[in-house]
Amino acid sequence: MRREGSAFQGVGAVFVKELSDNISSVRMLMLELLIVLTAMAALYEAITALRQNTAEDPFLLLRLFTVSQAPLPSFVAILGFLIPLMAIGLGFDLINSEHNRRTLSRILAQPIYRDALLLGKYLAGLATIAISLTALWLLVIGLGLIFLGVPPGGEEIARSLAFLVIAIFYAGVWLSLAMLLSIVFRSPATAALVALGIWLFLTVLWPMLAPAIAQAIVPPDPRFAALGLDTPGTAIWTQLLQRFSPNDLFGEAMLAVLSPTTRTLGPVFLDQIRGAVMGAPLPFGQSVMIAWPQTVGLIACTIVLFVAGYVLFQRQEVRA
Amino acid sequence: MSEQQNNSAAKRPEAVIAARDLTKRYGKTSVVDAINFDIAKGEVFGLLGPNGAGKTTTILMMLGLTEISAGRVAVLGFDPARQPLQVKRRVGYLPDAVGFYDHLTAVENLAYAAKLMGLGMAERSRRIAAALTRVRLLDVADKRVATFSRGMRQRLGLAEIIVKRAEIAILDEPTSGLDPQATIEFLDLIRELKAEGVTVLLSSHMLDQVQRVCDRVALFRAGKIAMMGSVAELSVQVLGAGFVVEVEADGAGIARRLAAIPGVGNVETLADDRFRMTADRDVRADAARAVVAANGALRRLSVDEPSLEAIYARCFQVPQSGGVRDAA
Repeated sequence: MRREGSAFQGVGAVFVKELSDNISSVRMLMLELLIVLTAMAALYEAITALRQNTAEDPFLLLRLFTVSQAPLPSFVAILGFLIPLMAIGLGFDLINSEHNRRTLSRILAQPIYRDALLLGKYLAGLATIAISLTALWLLVIGLGLIFLGVPPGGEEIARSLAFLVIAIFYAGVWLSLAMLLSIVFRSPATAALVALGIWLFLTVLWPMLAPAIAQAIVPPDPRFAALGLDTPGTAIWTQLLQRFSPNDLFGEAMLAVLSPTTRTLGPVFLDQIRGAVMGAPLPFGQSVMIAWPQTVGLIACTIVLFVAGYVLFQRQEVRA
Repeated sequence: MSEQQNNSAAKRPEAVIAARDLTKRYGKTSVVDAINFDIAKGEVFGLLGPNGAGKTTTILMMLGLTEISAGRVAVLGFDPARQPLQVKRRVGYLPDAVGFYDHLTAVENLAYAAKLMGLGMAERSRRIAAALTRVRLLDVADKRVATFSRGMRQRLGLAEIIVKRAEIAILDEPTSGLDPQATIEFLDLIRELKAEGVTVLLSSHMLDQVQRVCDRVALFRAGKIAMMGSVAELSVQVLGAGFVVEVEADGAGIARRLAAIPGVGNVETLADDRFRMTADRDVRADAARAVVAANGALRRLSVDEPSLEAIYARCFQVPQSGGVRDAA
């Protein structure tokens, strides 16, 4: 059965209203403040460390993102932890709040499809995060210029832009998950708790569980252990399982894009090393190729979660 | 549907809503069970029944907000399942306890809905100002809806329907929880809509309010329409009579003349100068003419209109209370 009219009718109106609500909300202000303060602390530590080797490093700007100094982790690691929090904060009540406010049936009685409401809300959430991350990115570049005094090269800008794009895709995964939960659970508190539970599980517990499961699947070979090496089969399984976590995919993609010397994200085989000049940076295009599977993984995860939410929402009866 | 209901529907001009064997099932339970009805253009039609009788589900099916399990409904000739945008462009909906975005003002709330309707900025502003004037909310147009009373929210909901220039207004329990003054004002607004030719579908528990504004009603019970028609028709059907008119007049042969009035079923002589008639319509004017024709002196003429509450109580075997109780 073919539907009449466009599924996108009304997306613009929903997008503008939601974006305005997001940007002016106290919740968003608090989340942005948390991210900016934490990121700035990490950046300050990185700048302090980098001031000592300014002349030696050709990718100084990129180091701002990756260098860490105890007790704080790197800027990228902090974002890997806080971006999900921001996305969940924006998405956990996207749909159920409309139920609870009793606005859903009134809005859906207007000449729009449900698609428009869902898509408009999702895009507004993603745009809000994108605006925040872009502001943060500009802040990093600006502070780098001021404190390090070295103008960034074209490739550094390109790589940092790739970081920005992948970070937005990463946020998209968590926003999709939060939106799905806001459709499944009528109570925003329940949706938020479940989303935070999944986030903690995939970020904290899963990296510990994955090696244990891998060892159960492929028990470590004592011969490799005697040489102080990981058993290849176990290592491959560990990495495979860890990649079920979006956090891991984001971390790997960041490593490839922001560390130009990264040649592979998995176990290194001899044919990969043959002819390679160790420590030499890869061209930007090659780094993107390395990060591409992880990026596609993040996009695919976003699509799967969004579609699940879409199907559930289409089938839901709108009573409130 | 009874033969009488079918005939009644067939006589009505231009049905803007037509339901045929409309059914909604959840699992094996039918909450709306093969109902049939027609609503004519410009009519105020009441859906009446206890909670869980299927009124709101019927409304949701008309708007395409829930799937139809079987049967069909046509709204202004459009199928809500296949042509939902056509239906939603022409139908305004005021849900039970309507919700608004509390952090937005009345104008901003209406502007958002108007944008979703696809109205341009100039047209939007014009219609919103006119609608707010109409529902007497212009002076609080720029106040946040969080500060609004329930009655004001309901009126704002009606303003949204006015902004849409809906041909059909579907109002689900619109006066529930309103104080008497707010209820009177709201019922006046419904009458104004009717006067403009808007068809109104009103779902309510409030029998007296339904009777005051509705041309016809459908009594829902356990997902079925138990009865349908005007209050007078239902009164004849359930109570055996519609209007009871009492006449106090002197004159010769008055009882005979009163009995000859079309629509009068029975004339009872209470005293030499007092008569009680049962009729299927309000026959006071005819009765006055009959007394004058008999050269009589008319001293008193009163009518007891049929009460929806009495009909409901008889139909569902519940005590009369002023509202609907669950008879299931």
